[in-house]
Amino acid sequence: MRKILFIVEKEFKQIFRNVVLLRMMMIAPVMQLVLLSLAANFEVKNLKIAVVDQDHSTFSRRLVSKFQYIDNFKLTGFTPSYKLAEEQLLLDKVDIVLAIPAHFERDLYRDNRSGVQLMVNAIDGSKAGIASGYAATIIQDFNGDIRIENVPMRKGEVQQVDIVNQYWYNPRLEYRTFMVPGILFELLLLVGGLIAALNIVREKEMGTMEQLNVTPIQKHEFILGKLIPFVVIGLVQFTLGLIVAKFIFRVPMEGSLLLLYVFALLFLILCVGLGLLISTISDTMQQAMFVAFFMLVLFILLSGLFSPTENMPQWAQWLDTINPLKYIIEVARNTMLKGSTFADVRSHFFALLAIALAINGLAIWRYRKTV
Amino acid sequence: MNAIIVDNISKAYGNIQAVSNVSFEVREGELFGLIGPDGAGKTTLFKMLVTLLFPDQGRAVVNRKDIVKDFLQLRTQVGYMPGKFSLYQDLTIEENLDFFATVFGTSIQENYDLIKDIYVQIEPFKTRRAGKLSGGMKQKLALCCALIHKPEVLFLDEPTTGVDAVSRKEFWDMLKSLKQRGLTILVSTPYMDEAGLCDRIALMQGGKILAVDTPQDITKLFQRPLFAVKAAETFRLIQDLRNASFTHSCYAFGEYLHLALEHEITSSDIETYLASHNHRQIDIKRVDPGIEDCFMDLISQTSVPAQS
Repeated sequence: MRKILFIVEKEFKQIFRNVVLLRMMMIAPVMQLVLLSLAANFEVKNLKIAVVDQDHSTFSRRLVSKFQYIDNFKLTGFTPSYKLAEEQLLLDKVDIVLAIPAHFERDLYRDNRSGVQLMVNAIDGSKAGIASGYAATIIQDFNGDIRIENVPMRKGEVQQVDIVNQYWYNPRLEYRTFMVPGILFELLLLVGGLIAALNIVREKEMGTMEQLNVTPIQKHEFILGKLIPFVVIGLVQFTLGLIVAKFIFRVPMEGSLLLLYVFALLFLILCVGLGLLISTISDTMQQAMFVAFFMLVLFILLSGLFSPTENMPQWAQWLDTINPLKYIIEVARNTMLKGSTFADVRSHFFALLAIALAINGLAIWRYRKTV
Repeated sequence: MNAIIVDNISKAYGNIQAVSNVSFEVREGELFGLIGPDGAGKTTLFKMLVTLLFPDQGRAVVNRKDIVKDFLQLRTQVGYMPGKFSLYQDLTIEENLDFFATVFGTSIQENYDLIKDIYVQIEPFKTRRAGKLSGGMKQKLALCCALIHKPEVLFLDEPTTGVDAVSRKEFWDMLKSLKQRGLTILVSTPYMDEAGLCDRIALMQGGKILAVDTPQDITKLFQRPLFAVKAAETFRLIQDLRNASFTHSCYAFGEYLHLALEHEITSSDIETYLASHNHRQIDIKRVDPGIEDCFMDLISQTSVPAQS
């Protein structure tokens, strides 16, 4: 037991002496959290829209003005022909083109129907989807307005279904509120897993591992001696991250802080265990770096941080049953935004516990004292 | 009583047989040298003896402990200094020593006596980080760390490789004084001139031990007449000598060539031969064989002769 303390002490000495790494470990996650949360945003703003108005009527102008007064759109100007509009789309000068055909107003009056055309730059599929969604809503709205004006009925008598949305747990649909808890744990995985792996491989490269191996230090002593410092550092980082989340992003903290810390602790043990496992299969820092990045990117992409896991194909969802990041992000979101209690996330707890035990067990088994 | 008994030990890395069927014994309190060129298998043999590697076959006993069965106990009784400096570069001299003392469950004070002579030389720099030390100081620190738990047997893997001549001499003096304290020391080196400083030596090549004996007796194995020859054109000289009928072998040896003969002839016979081949400034003298001569001779007996 005392030997573990000596290893922990030595580890902290080395970490505090490596000023650059220490600074990176403390500042980088906070900076990344701030930057990612501000940048990773699915709200689509400042969509550049060009209009081809071939009708030049009151109606066409009213429709255009609707686009003008909405934040999400920025009218770049009127284009005389389809061809020119297309060119602008091609040159990436506009994101969306609204084409109003000639006789738009006349057809509306005479045939009670008319059409407009939307051309959307769909290189970024999701952005295009959202943009055309916005545009459709505006046109729908315009449609409603003119129907009321032209059908001789009082406003209250129009028969239509009114949809009133109420967004639970994130009433203002704040993207950050949703992203920050996820990114918080993604960073813990990055730091815990990668730095722990590199630390141990460094001992291999420097030859100090060999020197340790001829001492009476035993497997479990060595592993605990490595695990403890990184879990402690991870918890400090987590606390810093939480402070940023709370005071900069005003992310709600509905559930128990203690519960969140219990999960953070469990997750960190898992991450550092993963780092240990990576270090046992790599001989050089380069190898460790590559393996770690490969795994981390997979974990992050499949975690549901950026896109919901429910929409992923079946095989990806199966893969996700062993993705620790998926569980912890769900827990973080539910605890922080919804106020879930331990009973609500119990299955997540046991899943994480099982993965942590499996990874650490594998790491201990793979870590042979005889090199 | 023997401190180290190696019995028919072998180790392979994949297809490469690093150590094959090696057997030798080291007596208690002996300074035993393992002499051989790079790649002879010295380091692999060391790693097995200090429990870092398990042998493929054969067994070995160090300080009455089996290197496989009792490896955990054995670790507290041996000191190992690897060929490559492998202490924590970002810890100071004192912290390194303190760390290795504590993981062995002891303290610097407890065994200060053993390392004192070496430690006082680096003590003025004890707050300096190990990575910032000179080669000689690193080596002294590594020796201190290998000694701090008062081992019975000390394993030093090429301790003098890459160290300047003065430090090398100092180091061997330190080993001698450690030997006087009753420590058994197994040291490996590629330098033949260091062999003479050992009590007994084993010559190693290609994973095999060629001979084990005292340095004096090893040289006695060399029976052929030996001459040191020098002339103006060394390269042509070596070719002409190797083609001569009286030559057994001929190797470059510093500024001279060492010429071993098939049968006894006089130096004037050699001179006549060389003069007939238009060599100038010929200098020939009779020499006693050294360890290196024996080593070269033993290699040529066991493997394909190095001369063409």
